[in-house]
Amino acid sequence: MALILNEDEKMLSETAEGFFKKKAPVADLRKLRDSRDEKGYSETLWAEMAEMGFAGVLVPEDQGGVDMGVMAAGLLAEQIGRNLSATPFFSTSVLSATALKNSESELARTWLEKIAGGEAIVSFAIDEGVKHNPLGTETRAERSGNGFKITGRKAMVLDAHVADAHIVVARTDGQPGDRDGLSLFLVEKSVENLNVERTIMVDSHNAGRLELNGVEVTADALLGTEGEGADILDKVLGAGRAVLSAELLGAGSQAFEETVTYIKERKQFGKIIGEFQALQHRASHLYTELELCRSAVFAALSAIDDADENAVKFAGMAKAKLGEVAKLAALEGIQMFGGVGMTDEYDIGLFLKRIRVLQELLGDGNYHLNDFAKENGY
Amino acid sequence: MSDLETFKLETRAWLEENCPPEMRKPMKSEEDACWGGRNWTFASEAQKVWLERMAEKGWTVPTWPKQYGGADLSRAEEAILLKEMARIKARTPLSSFGIWMLGPALLKFGNDAQKKEHLPKIARGEIRWCQGYSEPNAGSDLASLATKAEDKGDHYLVNGQKVWTSYADKADWIFCLVRTDNSGRKHDGISFLLFDMESEGVEARPISLISGKSAFCETFFEDVKVPKDQLVGEVGKGWSIAKYLLTHEREMIGGSGEGLTRPLHEIAAASIGLESGKLSDPMLRAKVAEAEIDEWAFRLTMQRKLAEAKAGASLGADSSMLKYYGTELNKRRHELMMDAAGHDGLEWEGERSSEGKLARDWLRTKANSIEGGTSEVQLNIISKHILQLPGA
Ligand SMILES: Cc1cc2nc3c(=O)[nH]c(=O)nc-3n(C[C@H](O)[C@H](O)[C@H](O)COP(=O)(O)OP(=O)(O)OC[C@H]3O[C@@H](n4cnc5c(N)ncnc54)[C@H](O)[C@@H]3O)c2cc1C
Ligand SMILES: Cc1cc2nc3c(=O)[nH]c(=O)nc-3n(C[C@H](O)[C@H](O)[C@H](O)COP(=O)(O)OP(=O)(O)OC[C@H]3O[C@@H](n4cnc5c(N)ncnc54)[C@H](O)[C@@H]3O)c2cc1C
Repeated sequence: MALILNEDEKMLSETAEGFFKKKAPVADLRKLRDSRDEKGYSETLWAEMAEMGFAGVLVPEDQGGVDMGVMAAGLLAEQIGRNLSATPFFSTSVLSATALKNSESELARTWLEKIAGGEAIVSFAIDEGVKHNPLGTETRAERSGNGFKITGRKAMVLDAHVADAHIVVARTDGQPGDRDGLSLFLVEKSVENLNVERTIMVDSHNAGRLELNGVEVTADALLGTEGEGADILDKVLGAGRAVLSAELLGAGSQAFEETVTYIKERKQFGKIIGEFQALQHRASHLYTELELCRSAVFAALSAIDDADENAVKFAGMAKAKLGEVAKLAALEGIQMFGGVGMTDEYDIGLFLKRIRVLQELLGDGNYHLNDFAKENGY
Repeated sequence: MSDLETFKLETRAWLEENCPPEMRKPMKSEEDACWGGRNWTFASEAQKVWLERMAEKGWTVPTWPKQYGGADLSRAEEAILLKEMARIKARTPLSSFGIWMLGPALLKFGNDAQKKEHLPKIARGEIRWCQGYSEPNAGSDLASLATKAEDKGDHYLVNGQKVWTSYADKADWIFCLVRTDNSGRKHDGISFLLFDMESEGVEARPISLISGKSAFCETFFEDVKVPKDQLVGEVGKGWSIAKYLLTHEREMIGGSGEGLTRPLHEIAAASIGLESGKLSDPMLRAKVAEAEIDEWAFRLTMQRKLAEAKAGASLGADSSMLKYYGTELNKRRHELMMDAAGHDGLEWEGERSSEGKLARDWLRTKANSIEGGTSEVQLNIISKHILQLPGA
């Protein structure tokens, strides 16, 4: 397990730091939001991310990717988190790329190539209700001709309205709650009976809903083995949660650092407010929590690359920890900024909103605490 | 039957008869509230009728003296009225900084002419007030405020800037802290002025909030002439009035901790569902239970403190305790509501989410522990005035 970055990773992290700060700062998110941009992300930025190898960070070299592993993806996500950059990176390059590369099929390889080249956005449609519940999948895929017919609804599908294809988790067998019987399908955007709705979200990042009213796909749209999708899902959710944790680390750290900068400047009562111990201790507490977070994130990311048997578990543990701490960093931030923290002009509110969404994705703190307890038999 | 019992039955009957059905539906948003004022357009006939009937009865300001538009109710009677209103889910007929903040201060510090002039208009919702306290460099350290009022014989000339002035762009009048003297301690030399927002030289520029609304403003004063009889209390002695008013403001903001119109567990159950009678997420279940118990204890504490105080009297430093706890509790509750709402609660626009109501309300609560003095300031006040800790 790597708790310290090696030279390559350090270099990548520094490159990413410079790249996102320059090419996708918080101001760009504001522009997308305020212009009510139809796509909700910058195509130029995405093309540059492909050129840099970021889009294909998890894609095998055979399909044009750089295959640097989940740790690398996490380092990118950390910088994305610091800048609140709106990109299809998480949906496409992390979730969908992980699903595709674990599903050995010709179709998957084609789409991986497109992802690495920045030519396709592929959303990953798993959740259906108000909370994350992968095994609760109700969407059905029934055999039809030599293919399948998919019916159901999906919510919180990141980048849905700009996706060229969606990977849809559906049930080919069993009941909601069962691990067996889940299958993954690649559904192209142009199919009939598919309704895609964009939902404008609190964090001004892309999300949407899918309605599949008997969408017909051919047999080769099935990714992996029928009914055994849960094995692929483990990989996708493990990587996804670890990378989300890294993004939370970035967002939480940035919120924290901006707060510390502010309390070193703002004066009241003839003092710099950072002189008040009431604030000092809370900042120091956050510093401590964020240090624990960094360890948890590095452990979770590297465990996946090391194919550690506890990788999925660590990812959930990191997600639980990071969701809570990043939220605390944002809440303390707003409070310590005082009145200006409530204004749209300051960035701290944008961090609060983004962190709210990140901590909800693929299971919030409660979900992972429950899961952790269950995994450990209590 | 005791007097209070009779009062209860009469109140119940009156409300039943006079509260329009539309005014018994929960408010969808802050915008559904009735704020009154010169430029107010009623959202509905029911809203207008409800305000008129309640004002007529003196029940927009039940504990105020009758001569100023109130009903002379005791705290106990007021509590019954509020309870009976809650029973039929009657909306507050009038939301007003005049009622919550200025009124109590005027009752205590205003002269006869000022009380006669302003209080009845507040009670009837004819004049809407805003609060000109905070300045860019005087937030928590309110007493360092710099907006200047110069004595020009028959009037004061006001120059300076306020900030975070809630609804300054909609208000008719402002109660404003100004500096009339710079020579001594910063707490001395502050005066309490009332003036019309339509006076020449007043400008209010709305600021966008993180909730996407623009409820507060930067407010600028350039050579604003304020007649001298619009000063409350004595020149240079405005700080005690300002503080007294703050205790009422804090009591009001703290009230946000008292509870939601619908219990938290019901809201959570409606969203994530029950499994064999239990909220399907055991972690959330525990947190909801904790919050509901705190809510219960807080509500009781509010009642106990109010019962101890005389009608209309201030709670003093205890208002800081209530403000601190009530607002932190309210923030916690909204976090839990967001937890329960999950993905749906993250939507910001569109009909399904009523234009992101839940998320916007959640963001709005973050200001609860800032406005009216931050949580830190409340804790400092408790340390100093209640615990009398040295150096606090
Ligand atoms: C189990 C135990 C083992 C110990 N072993 C050793 C040892 O081996 N060698 C040794 O030399 N000493 C030892 N100590 C003593 C220890 O270092 C002191 O107790 C400690 O430094 C606190 O000092 P104090 O007891 O005088 O408390 P005080 O300094 O009087 O503190 C009382 C309270 O005030 C708080 N406080 C004090 N200053 C501040 C500040 N600036 N800001 C905010 N809060 C403040 C403290 O946190 C504490 O809650 C031990 C103590 C304990 C409890
Ligand atoms: C939604 C909203 C509506 C408002 N409406 C009005 C209004 O209508 N009229 C009006 O006049 N004002 C209004 N305010 C302003 C409000 O009263 C101030 O924002 C508040 O008093 C804090 O001042 P500040 O924003 O300058 O923060 P600062 O005073 O700069 O505080 C920044 C941080 O430092 C902390 N801090 C400061 N001093 C200390 C200390 N001694 N010890 C420990 N911590 C400290 C604070 O607690 C806070 O966390 C409103 C504010 C909001 C958010």
